[in-house]
Amino acid sequence: MSTPPNAGPVRVAGYGLIDRSEPLRFSFDGVEYGGCRGDTVASALLANGVRLMGRSFKYHRPRGVLTAGAEEPNALVTVIEDGQQTPNVRATVQELFGGLRVASQNRWPSLSLDLMAVNDLAAPFLAAGFYYKTFMWPRAFWEKLYEPLIRRAAGLGRLSGRHDDAPYEKAYAFCDLLVIGAGPAGLMAALAAGRAGADVILAEEDSRMGGRLLSEQPVVGGRPGPEWAETVLAELATMPNIRLMPRTTVTGAYDHGTFGALERVGLHLAETGPLPRECFWRIVAKRAILAAGALERPVAFPDNDRPGVMLASAALAYLNRWGVLAGRRIAVFANNDGARATARALQAAGAEVMLIDSRPNASALEDFRVWRGAQVTGTRGRLGLREITLTDSAGSVTLEVDCLAVSGGWNPTLHLACHMNGRPEWDAALAAFVPRPDMVPGLEAAGAARGLFDTAACLADGLRAAREALADLGLKPAALEAPETADQPYAIEPLWAVPGRGRAWLDLANDVTVKDVTLAAAENFRSVEHMKRYTTQGMAPDQGRNSNVAALAVLADATGRGIPETGTTTFRPPYSPVSIAAMGAGGRAEGFQPQRFMTSHQASVARHAPMIEAGLWYRPSYFPLPGEATWRDACDREVAMVRGSVGVCDVSTLGKIDIQGPDAARFLDFVYTNTFSTLPVGRVRYGLMLREDGHVMDDGTTARLGETHYLMTTTTAAAGQVMRHLDFVRQAHCADWDVALISVTEQWAQFAVAGPKARDLLNTMLDEPLTGDFPFMGCGPLRLMGVEARLFRISFSGELGYEIAVPARYGAALFRDLCARAETFGGGPYGLEALNVLRIEKGFVTHAEIHGRVTAFDIGMARMIAAGKDCIGKAAAARPGLSGAEREQLVGLKPASPQTPVSAGAHLFAAADPAVRKHSQGYVTSACWSPTLGSWLGLGFLRNGRARTGEMVRMVDHLRGAEMLCEVCHPVFHDPEGGKMRG
Amino acid sequence: MRYSGWRVIAEGLRGQRGWAPVWRDPAPKAEYDTVIIGGGGHGLSTAWYLAKNHGLTDVAVLEKGYLGGGNVGRNTTIVRANYFLPGNSEFYSHSLKLWEGLEAELNYNVMHSQRGLINLFHSDGQRDAFVRRGNAMINQGDDAVLLDREGVREMLPYLDYGQTRFPIHGGLLHPRGGTARHDAVAWGYARAADRRGVDLVQNCEVTGIDIMNGRVTGVQTTRGAIRARRVGIITAGRSGQVAAMAGMRLPVESHILQAFVTEGLKPCIDHVISFGMGHFYISQSDKGGLVFGGDLDFYASYAQRGNLPMVEHVMEAGMTLMPMIGRAKVLRSWGGIMDMTPDGSPIIDRTPVEGLFIDCGWNYGGFKAVPASGWCMAHLMATGESHDYARRFRLDRFATGHLLDEEGTGSQHNLH
Amino acid sequence: MRITCPLCGTRDRREYTYYGSDDYLNRPAPDAPPQAWDDHLHNRDNPAGRTRDLWYHDPCGTWLAVTRDTVTHAVHGVDPVMPVSGRGGA
Repeated sequence: MSTPPNAGPVRVAGYGLIDRSEPLRFSFDGVEYGGCRGDTVASALLANGVRLMGRSFKYHRPRGVLTAGAEEPNALVTVIEDGQQTPNVRATVQELFGGLRVASQNRWPSLSLDLMAVNDLAAPFLAAGFYYKTFMWPRAFWEKLYEPLIRRAAGLGRLSGRHDDAPYEKAYAFCDLLVIGAGPAGLMAALAAGRAGADVILAEEDSRMGGRLLSEQPVVGGRPGPEWAETVLAELATMPNIRLMPRTTVTGAYDHGTFGALERVGLHLAETGPLPRECFWRIVAKRAILAAGALERPVAFPDNDRPGVMLASAALAYLNRWGVLAGRRIAVFANNDGARATARALQAAGAEVMLIDSRPNASALEDFRVWRGAQVTGTRGRLGLREITLTDSAGSVTLEVDCLAVSGGWNPTLHLACHMNGRPEWDAALAAFVPRPDMVPGLEAAGAARGLFDTAACLADGLRAAREALADLGLKPAALEAPETADQPYAIEPLWAVPGRGRAWLDLANDVTVKDVTLAAAENFRSVEHMKRYTTQGMAPDQGRNSNVAALAVLADATGRGIPETGTTTFRPPYSPVSIAAMGAGGRAEGFQPQRFMTSHQASVARHAPMIEAGLWYRPSYFPLPGEATWRDACDREVAMVRGSVGVCDVSTLGKIDIQGPDAARFLDFVYTNTFSTLPVGRVRYGLMLREDGHVMDDGTTARLGETHYLMTTTTAAAGQVMRHLDFVRQAHCADWDVALISVTEQWAQFAVAGPKARDLLNTMLDEPLTGDFPFMGCGPLRLMGVEARLFRISFSGELGYEIAVPARYGAALFRDLCARAETFGGGPYGLEALNVLRIEKGFVTHAEIHGRVTAFDIGMARMIAAGKDCIGKAAAARPGLSGAEREQLVGLKPASPQTPVSAGAHLFAAADPAVRKHSQGYVTSACWSPTLGSWLGLGFLRNGRARTGEMVRMVDHLRGAEMLCEVCHPVFHDPEGGKMRG
Repeated sequence: MRYSGWRVIAEGLRGQRGWAPVWRDPAPKAEYDTVIIGGGGHGLSTAWYLAKNHGLTDVAVLEKGYLGGGNVGRNTTIVRANYFLPGNSEFYSHSLKLWEGLEAELNYNVMHSQRGLINLFHSDGQRDAFVRRGNAMINQGDDAVLLDREGVREMLPYLDYGQTRFPIHGGLLHPRGGTARHDAVAWGYARAADRRGVDLVQNCEVTGIDIMNGRVTGVQTTRGAIRARRVGIITAGRSGQVAAMAGMRLPVESHILQAFVTEGLKPCIDHVISFGMGHFYISQSDKGGLVFGGDLDFYASYAQRGNLPMVEHVMEAGMTLMPMIGRAKVLRSWGGIMDMTPDGSPIIDRTPVEGLFIDCGWNYGGFKAVPASGWCMAHLMATGESHDYARRFRLDRFATGHLLDEEGTGSQHNLH
Repeated sequence: MRITCPLCGTRDRREYTYYGSDDYLNRPAPDAPPQAWDDHLHNRDNPAGRTRDLWYHDPCGTWLAVTRDTVTHAVHGVDPVMPVSGRGGA
């Protein structure tokens, strides 16, 4: 290292809030170090004299910590676990625990020797936006050469590539008042609201509450800041109506009092036990107080990015909070009064201190050397700061220092207030943006977040904000006074960028310099949004929190405008980056969507049926028997079983809607194209339902159980949509009708019993046997071994078929019993694969055909739109484009050679036409091997298809390399007269 | 000024002092032959093709904010030609061909990167629908490859193949699909149009459309009245408000679509991946951020910001599909105003007002269409006739029922 | 985002399904001219500002007309599309 042995940061006695009685070991890039409970990785590394913690994004410049908080742009590290790692962790936030392993990132081969730093040498050519102007020739080189090189060089940390199997959680919380930030203003607000009885959440990003009371340690109420904070926190902890949430970052403000917040639950623990790593909270608050404080900002001057250059507030925080003196010879460079106290504190802790105040008229009365009207114009030290050059009216001086503490003033932390598009206003006296009232409804800024940089003012303002919130909440404030504290005057003269040779960094995280911004302006990217996008200013992990205002000021200067006219970019959630795993908690594996199981699920699984997803449901694909090699063997057997004896299939996933009332018949006439008022009690009818736009929404059967009582079935996929639709039609268009609807899908288990032996099977278990008079499309109640059941004589297979419904609690038993009895007839259960073959053989449509773009006309059901009545979708279905010879119509397809598979998704062409877009005349929707007909079959849509029966068309599936001739036929292949299901 | 590697080196050697403004900042003239309302991707490409293909340069693009500030600057940058309905196929196919020559055409590196797009499927039914789509793409002369589960695993080994909720059955690979740098597209078109003499007028909001005897005569703006013989409305999510100035109600609702980007990471996702069951799609930018998005928030909105339910849904989908991204941190989320048409397809057409044209209804897929939209809109405005590639993008197709419904969710609003 | 269902109270947006503009409430007569149906189904004011649109509260099955602002997302009022008193038959 280039730093002399008696230089660099060091732990000092008598300072800090760390627990020195608990030493901890941790490693950084494989080297072991010691630290204390209460340290962050950054404070512990500094205490060990380590200043170099990272490499910059673009130029791979050596970097150390700039800040002591979550806004850190430089010290991003990777936390290593066995088999897993977390990139881009702020060393300033990660708390130390024993055995913590941390590695630097974006360097190769090592942090101190990074060969990628060659980019820094090429920097003159890599100005803002250079990549838009080159890498264009030859064309192929972009993807093959340039882009891969850029991609490899870019990026920061690396994901492990392994599944993140660690636990994460999400939770909801509700409160009267959310206080964001537990500094002086936040603590006062929480105390006032807590004493008044409000239900309060106090959320603080830091692991320890107190904010600047911990880092600056002003005297409050006659006591050191941390002590006063502890007293308040102790009182808050006793209140049942207060929830203290440390390590919780409020990440976003959303509509109607909803806030997102990320709690770091287990990230600071060596052993988390059952705790999640993080918990993402949705907090709903009636009122909120933004007491998030303020962030100090740096000044851009040449080579202002070396390890050892940090914010003055960070130097003070490392001293007071963690007992680390950031250097032995520290220069403080400031444009405001606030940094003076810092300089004094650093000196008191044993550092040799000098103050460089850019203001010519600043006071020179200090116990250390003060350079007035001076600016830092250069620095040296390759891997750590060794010296600085300062320039004033007398000329330039070089000073040997190992730390430069910089203060360019303060920016209120107003980001959350801007999340709903509100724009802050420029306060010229503070040289900062401050929030306007009501930028987020119900949220009020207080304290430093409102531009009050004085502790006394913050305490008073927290109290004020709480009282206003309490008044809104209708609560009476308790008597409470803000404690006494010393005034801290704050005066500032703006200084954004120091001119001079060499690069002056604005956005350290994205390597954006002052020159990049002026270049953008010169190229006429004068809008702040253009400048941001062209230079990438503010788009790095720190989201521009350290640099946006300065970059804006540089742009304003370069374009000859004032800062308010130049505007600001928009702050968007999240305030601090949030892991995908936390916001996506619960989504892993089967957790992504609810799982719905039929009552027969266990029995099907016991029969080794592969269960496949059907919407949210799981249904058996087929029921394999020993000796069956493939699913096709089982499927062919099950089809033959239904055609030859009897099969049992759980059809409970179909939607069931119970419709009752004197106007039930009228209602069905309105929502279906065909007529249901004429349906006799005890009968079932197939119904076709359109969307109001005239396309087919769904189909199914509806049974008339009584004069004023119908039971509708829907397809599995559309059950929810149909229920919503019926509720809409009923409430919006039939408000004065006497009809009520309710979904009973989950109340009934329903089984298809299909095949020539279906009646025989049922008769083995019915209390009163069925006779031939229970007609096709009949329905009625019956008793099944003492249980009230419903029977429907309907068929989706084309065979003699029934569906029997029992209350869901009997479903599992009934399914087992039906299967066992079926087996005695040479039958058994059948799954979705066989169901699909059976329905294709019969030309019944499913959502493969009624896929949302088809009309009743297309599927040959135009005549089902009854003439004498209105119905949903009827008017729109009459549009000229929804019918006619140009439409693709449902047809059956039989391959010229029966053994050649029909390919679902293949396109159809006239036999002589080439297989190109303008000749495509249709496509195959469903295909199967029909064991019944000994041929492959297909259903599909073909232009003017019904008129083309008998024509040979060419089916082409480029993707599967399949091509053949098919005969266009009627879609009902099996038993077209329907004698079997009626018989 | 022509851009090239040599120029970049030369400017590097002399301190970047020689770069000229990328475009002029002209004050609007009192009269133009053609006025384009909207300086987004589509408006700027229209201006460029008016100049390049039709020799029309007496053109102004009026932008109420800054150029490229709308959806072209806030999308997930995906470029693809994987549509399957006639009317869409040929249009997006043409657009992709234009993308493939865009750097040379504009002398601007828009970083078009054909890294391959994979649409995953999770059931036989979805597979068949994708086969139909893939075959349509090949019929059109584009490319598509059907991958089985192992084929997907070979390309995307990091997906969760043990995931049981919606197991990955396979995917449809569109090798020529990919991404481009969104801002660069707007800037490239703007610079090229400016160089041909088109006036790009920023901070100029149109407040009225002047119509006399059924014919457009110009526009009123915050920077004064501008006469024009032809006016094109190309204002995406704001189309409804601008069309209302001409007395029109459009078949458009404006919705919010959110997108997300993570902190920079070393390369880990080399393709564009679309997970339809989760309404989730993702790619990795050249800077290393994972760029991803999901479905609409599903309520009409002009707020350009969304809410948590869809944010969380998208993250959950990401975790179920590729749990390796769990430790990546979302850096920024944003929202765009989507001009949703009932059938999900766009409109490039004349209006009932003579000389007034409209290009809108890009739903959530306008970015890839930027080149062909400008190409076809320029053709329409210059010749008065619809371009063959856009002949089905008619304003009256909802009334006539000649719909272009790729998703099959209807010709009613908000079902897709 | 939270909406107050008149029957159930204030609930998260997750409990609601959105449909669209309240144009959908005004269904034309069956024999109305095509233009009326085109306006009903397709053409929209699409206001940037105050609007009234339709939301379904899934848990209770109630369709609501919500008056709200498309720019700020503020909700000004929520009414069931069918008057509660008119729930005949239920």
